[in-house]
Amino acid sequence: MKALILVGGFGTRLRPLTLTLPKPLVEFGNKRMILHQIEALAEAGVTDIVLAVNYRPEVMEKYLAEYEERFNVKITFSIESEPLGTAGPLKLAEEILGKDENPFFVLNSDVICDYPFADLAAFHKAHGDEGTIVVTKVEEPSKYGVVVHKPNHASRIDRFVEKPVEFVGNRINAGIYILNPSVLKRIDLRPTSIEQETFPAICADGQLHSFDLEGFWMDVGQPKDFLSGTCLYLSHLSKNNPKLLTPPNTPYVHGGNVMIDPSAKIGRNCKIGPNVTIGPDVIVGDGVRLQRCVLLSGSKVKDHAWVKSTIVGWNSTVGKWARLENVSVLGDDVTIGDEIYINGGSILPHKSIKANVEVPSIIM
Amino acid sequence: MSLQIPHRSKANGSQAATKAVILVGGPSRGTRFRPLSLDLPKPLFEVAGHPIVWHCLTAIAKVPHIQEVCMIGYYDESVFRDFIKDASKEFPQIKIVYLREYQALGTAGGLYHFRDAILKGRPERFFVLNADVCCSFPLNDMLKLFEDRDAEAVILGTRVTEDAASNFGCIVSDAHTRRVLHYVEKPESHISNLINCGVYLFSTECIFPSIRSAIKRRTDRPRLVSYPSSENLESSFFQDDDEEKSNQVLRLEQDILSDLADSKQFFVHETKDFWRQIKTAGSAVPANALYLQKAWQLGSKELAKPSANILPPVFIHPTAQVDPTAKLGPNVSIGPRVVVGAGARIKESIVLEDAEIKHDSCVLYSIIGWNSRVGAWARVEGTPTPVNSHTTSIIKNGVKVQSITILGKECGVGDEVRVQNCICLPFKELKRDVSNEVIM
Repeated sequence: MKALILVGGFGTRLRPLTLTLPKPLVEFGNKRMILHQIEALAEAGVTDIVLAVNYRPEVMEKYLAEYEERFNVKITFSIESEPLGTAGPLKLAEEILGKDENPFFVLNSDVICDYPFADLAAFHKAHGDEGTIVVTKVEEPSKYGVVVHKPNHASRIDRFVEKPVEFVGNRINAGIYILNPSVLKRIDLRPTSIEQETFPAICADGQLHSFDLEGFWMDVGQPKDFLSGTCLYLSHLSKNNPKLLTPPNTPYVHGGNVMIDPSAKIGRNCKIGPNVTIGPDVIVGDGVRLQRCVLLSGSKVKDHAWVKSTIVGWNSTVGKWARLENVSVLGDDVTIGDEIYINGGSILPHKSIKANVEVPSIIM
Repeated sequence: MSLQIPHRSKANGSQAATKAVILVGGPSRGTRFRPLSLDLPKPLFEVAGHPIVWHCLTAIAKVPHIQEVCMIGYYDESVFRDFIKDASKEFPQIKIVYLREYQALGTAGGLYHFRDAILKGRPERFFVLNADVCCSFPLNDMLKLFEDRDAEAVILGTRVTEDAASNFGCIVSDAHTRRVLHYVEKPESHISNLINCGVYLFSTECIFPSIRSAIKRRTDRPRLVSYPSSENLESSFFQDDDEEKSNQVLRLEQDILSDLADSKQFFVHETKDFWRQIKTAGSAVPANALYLQKAWQLGSKELAKPSANILPPVFIHPTAQVDPTAKLGPNVSIGPRVVVGAGARIKESIVLEDAEIKHDSCVLYSIIGWNSRVGAWARVEGTPTPVNSHTTSIIKNGVKVQSITILGKECGVGDEVRVQNCICLPFKELKRDVSNEVIM
């Protein structure tokens, strides 16, 4: 089978992290974002993966070569010379996606969930129509585009309602699809939107179905959601794959959902959790309090620091008695001085912070 | 060389009898020292391990031949009883008496009211110290100037920034002779950046007649009350109107000094050393820092020994328990029976009796009240003010807030809670993060 991953641009929403690495290479739950997706696709029998990008991230090639070998898949870059939206990249990759009559997967690179590729493919083949959209239930559908089904039909989509004022349903497009190659004929090679143009057209022919996603789903394209998504992912693991987490009875673990790379070092008298990921080669000092945060590889949190709702970037250092909170994001190689307070600071790479950041702000 | 013609016989010379008066104020004063003055009279509040008034007394004790110190105020006699008992043991050469005013008479009025007590023993001169002043009290330098110039009055002055000067009494002096030419209290326009430190040395022959003539003048024509301006709004706001109108009230600053400048042998000794007023509760933090630094420079044995976790100067009361992994200093005072947990950090702060600072917490630019508790990983934080600043308030988002965080008596800060630029009245539990607030 085949799949296309919509990577798109520079991932500016996830800056300052994406100033250092392209978004697909940023670690989510101690695993690069793209690896979550490649792993799940390979497991569902996908052998051809197209990455739709509109810049050429050379740094990615080395990782992708490794993944090609590891999962026995072929990974191709499809580079847009101008941004083609969400549908154009499918046309651009027509040669691969349309090489046989089998359907192909499409997924947004920002979406993380328990990818249901095998079940999705089975469901799609069973109904026999052109396309299937994975949908997820949300609490506040008014913020999204909502899927409305045909009367008396559980899966066939009637229409989409963008940001509904009145309740019409609570299922939204989860950004994961399976489509027949015939869909490619519906798309022109120009900047065009799959949500706005392609799907309504398939829908009008009664050829589009929805597939309910079980479990968690999150668009982790920005830091706030990256942190929330981490919580959901860790909760999911604690139920389905607890051996990936640090045992909850570890003395310093508080409230569970803690993932610590074996190469990380944890000091004495720490209190860690809930919802913390600690990457490779991280050093956590004595008496450190961590909750709802992500420490990326090579970072260091010194003694007695307090870190909450924060992403600590690669090789960054948090000083003694520092306090970081309220969606602070440290880029690569940032230094936060001893006793410094950071409230919602977005700090660009290689900065050294010596004064409090008391209101959310970007430190250039 | 200017030829000085002695006005009086200098027969006694430096052997002349000298007294000192400390003006301690009263309970209706010092409201700006709340919430700390709700539980203790301001002069007894401890900075650098000792009551504010003790620092005055220590300076007085260094003057040769001081026989007596009169504390004048309108607190109840019982308030200073224990302090005077302890101080009399520490300074056996000095007799310390408390003279209680039954109504606020103003600084000059109080001196005049107790003139018989002050004149007892026939002192030729006496110092007057305001207890709410924090400085090195260079009294012997003032005494030297007094004798060299055969002065009738010497005032201690210090230089401040031009914008700060109008909040104080301003002195214009002859640069060469040091004679005071002009004195004005809290002027609306710029007059001089040499200001009154609230420390004086008067000849008894000069000061009482001057006060008497001021009283006479007052009865003849009421004093003009100057209108508050935006620059001195803070101070004028706190002025007590009833008191202001009373003819009994006579202040050294407003009513006496400008007349002395006109006519008398009135000189200024300019100190280059530190000087601060202790008005607001927050100002106890810079005062604590300055007295600790002075003690450190003098090699005081009272201070904690410097180490990796003690950044001097730090005062730790012998009965306090500080975990060796806690990091303290600079400019920290830890009171009696305080408990400081493992990995706590305390900097530029005062921790009062029986308070507990739990493990891994962080206390910066703050005062932790008696019996208060700071939870694990909590952060209690003020904002540093510039070293030469004479105010303890700062402007944040256009609003004036206290730069120093103060927890009153028996307050609690929950584990992991952050308190910033807050004043917390006694017996409050803080369970959520707070900043820039007064918590009633």
